[in-house]
Amino acid sequence: MSILIDNNTRLVVQGITGREGQFHTEQMINYGTNVVAGVTPGRGGQDVLGVPVFDTVAEAVRETGANTSVIFVPAPFAADAILEAADSGVEFIVAITEGIPVLDMVKVKKFVDERGVLLLGPNCPGLITPGVAKVGIIPGSIATSGPVGMVSRSGTLTYEVAYELTLRGIGQSTIVGIGGDPIPGMNFIDVLRRFQDDPQTEVIVLIGEIGGTDEEKAAEFIEEYVTKPVYGFIAGRTAPPGKRMGHAGAIISGGEGTAESKIAALEAAGVKVASHPAEVAEFIERDLRG
Amino acid sequence: MKLHEYQSKQIFGRFGIPVPNGKVADTPEAARQIAQELGGPVVVKAQVLVGGRGKAGGVKLAKTPDDAEARAKEILGMQIKSLPVKKVLIDPAADIREELYLGVVLDRAARRVAVMASAAGGVDIEEVAATTPEKIITVRVDPLIGLADYQARQLAYGIGLKDKKQVGQFVKIVKALYQVFIDTDASLAEINPLAIVGDEGTLMALDGKIVLDDNALFRHPDLAEMRDESEETPAEREARLNGLSYVDLDGTIGCLVNGAGLAMATMDVIKLFGGEPANFLDIGGGARAEKVAAALRIILSDPKVRAVLVNIFGGITRGDEVARGIVQAIEEIKPNVPFVVRVVGTNAEEARKILESANMITAETLAEAAQKAVEVANQPA
Repeated sequence: MSILIDNNTRLVVQGITGREGQFHTEQMINYGTNVVAGVTPGRGGQDVLGVPVFDTVAEAVRETGANTSVIFVPAPFAADAILEAADSGVEFIVAITEGIPVLDMVKVKKFVDERGVLLLGPNCPGLITPGVAKVGIIPGSIATSGPVGMVSRSGTLTYEVAYELTLRGIGQSTIVGIGGDPIPGMNFIDVLRRFQDDPQTEVIVLIGEIGGTDEEKAAEFIEEYVTKPVYGFIAGRTAPPGKRMGHAGAIISGGEGTAESKIAALEAAGVKVASHPAEVAEFIERDLRG
Repeated sequence: MKLHEYQSKQIFGRFGIPVPNGKVADTPEAARQIAQELGGPVVVKAQVLVGGRGKAGGVKLAKTPDDAEARAKEILGMQIKSLPVKKVLIDPAADIREELYLGVVLDRAARRVAVMASAAGGVDIEEVAATTPEKIITVRVDPLIGLADYQARQLAYGIGLKDKKQVGQFVKIVKALYQVFIDTDASLAEINPLAIVGDEGTLMALDGKIVLDDNALFRHPDLAEMRDESEETPAEREARLNGLSYVDLDGTIGCLVNGAGLAMATMDVIKLFGGEPANFLDIGGGARAEKVAAALRIILSDPKVRAVLVNIFGGITRGDEVARGIVQAIEEIKPNVPFVVRVVGTNAEEARKILESANMITAETLAEAAQKAVEVANQPA
């Protein structure tokens, strides 16, 4: 078992003819993901790496039965690409694109929620169910199948922790990157709930960072609903207030969003919070192996 | 990107929000002339992109044009929170009866735009929120409908306005400020104070602040041009022009990392092992050698840097590309600070070979890399 993607995933790649889209489509196919269609307006009828390209997502869904979309469309057009996907019958949308204006995302978030479509991202690395499928850009080499469910706001920091786990022979059920934007689609709670319900997942890793209050809310949820052990890491203990640290959402403003507040909330909810990324794997190794 | 008070008020004016008819000066003489034209007492206000100008002595009342010139001379030479004051705004002094607060913000938790008003204006709203949150009235806006009139009225009556004319004027200003926020793709648009002035009791925006969403600047070239480059350090500006995320910090260990989360974690681990990071720097995904070289030039331009820590987790970013960029920059700059490099993931093996031939300290794990960097940074030069 896994969450969100598995052997039934039929993927359409929006922006398949672009440099990034093409590169990662190849990576996803090589990993075993069932890529059934691509979309680039004006390029319908062509094919990329043997994958048929359509002008619209609706057409791609109709012709190929795609149920999941991944978006590599450049930022100025990415919000529209998410709306198109949400209106075309796919159940799950993964938006990789970084740099979408936040007011666009306020509208998009409401639109996808009203249609009951799941959105992961934007500005995220996507997700991977090791050995089964990956949607997005997480390198397959860092992951191996196992009992740890991972959810994170960061890309490479997640790779770091997954890699440390994999080095110790501890695998992952699914690794989910929810992205670094101020208005994300799925949040920690949406993913934690699924890990709690997933039989393969035995322990959960939550990787957060400064900005916003989603980690604090996740802590409340963990306290109330999560019975599996949760391990955490929060990046940005040394980040100064008022400065955006790379991610659009990684900013301490008005005293809100500090690492201290998040760590305190998580620890109060029984989460073991590590002081450096590798320590997450050390904690889990110790607890799993006794 | 932050806008100055005078820029924010220009935009407010265009949207029909009443603002004082002041002007900007960059010399004491110009300040005098503006005061003369305005006639009567004026306020001389430092234009810097930090809060707390008033407390720092950057806002002064002047009764005469001579006085305005003298005050402008004082303020134009000042540094406020280490930012030099290069411009002053000369506004006619207002006959303030009451001070209100009005702000439009992105409410991240609610995934909505929120409009906030308070009768406790003229002070730091974060302080009001912390000590007397009941004095702030908030409405959240449906993004597909926009701000409704009834919500603006809720704010007006909520903060205790009763006079029919004032309520009407307030509702107009709320709607205009919301439109400013939407049309400029702001992440904050604020009037503080929104003052009730004169015997007539009319409302006027005496101070204003707009923060723009950097991700939306591509569709606002006119606003992007309003950037005050003194808001950034030269290194931060260079980084922006090279498409790098960079934040200047106070420590001695320069950091070059791919990915924002990993870059923050790298800083944290340096601190954990007793060092201090000199910067945050994310080269982004898939960076090529030239970009890495540009990043290193920026890091090495900081005289505080005693050691450089490179931490690359190769995914889309190829380790050998990064290594080539480092070698390229080193040949060019010939820095005399030690480098600690840790590369894992895609093409890490090739990277290691390139770096070892360039005599760099290598490390397997982030913790090991941080420890080594702290060690070499603390060695006497």
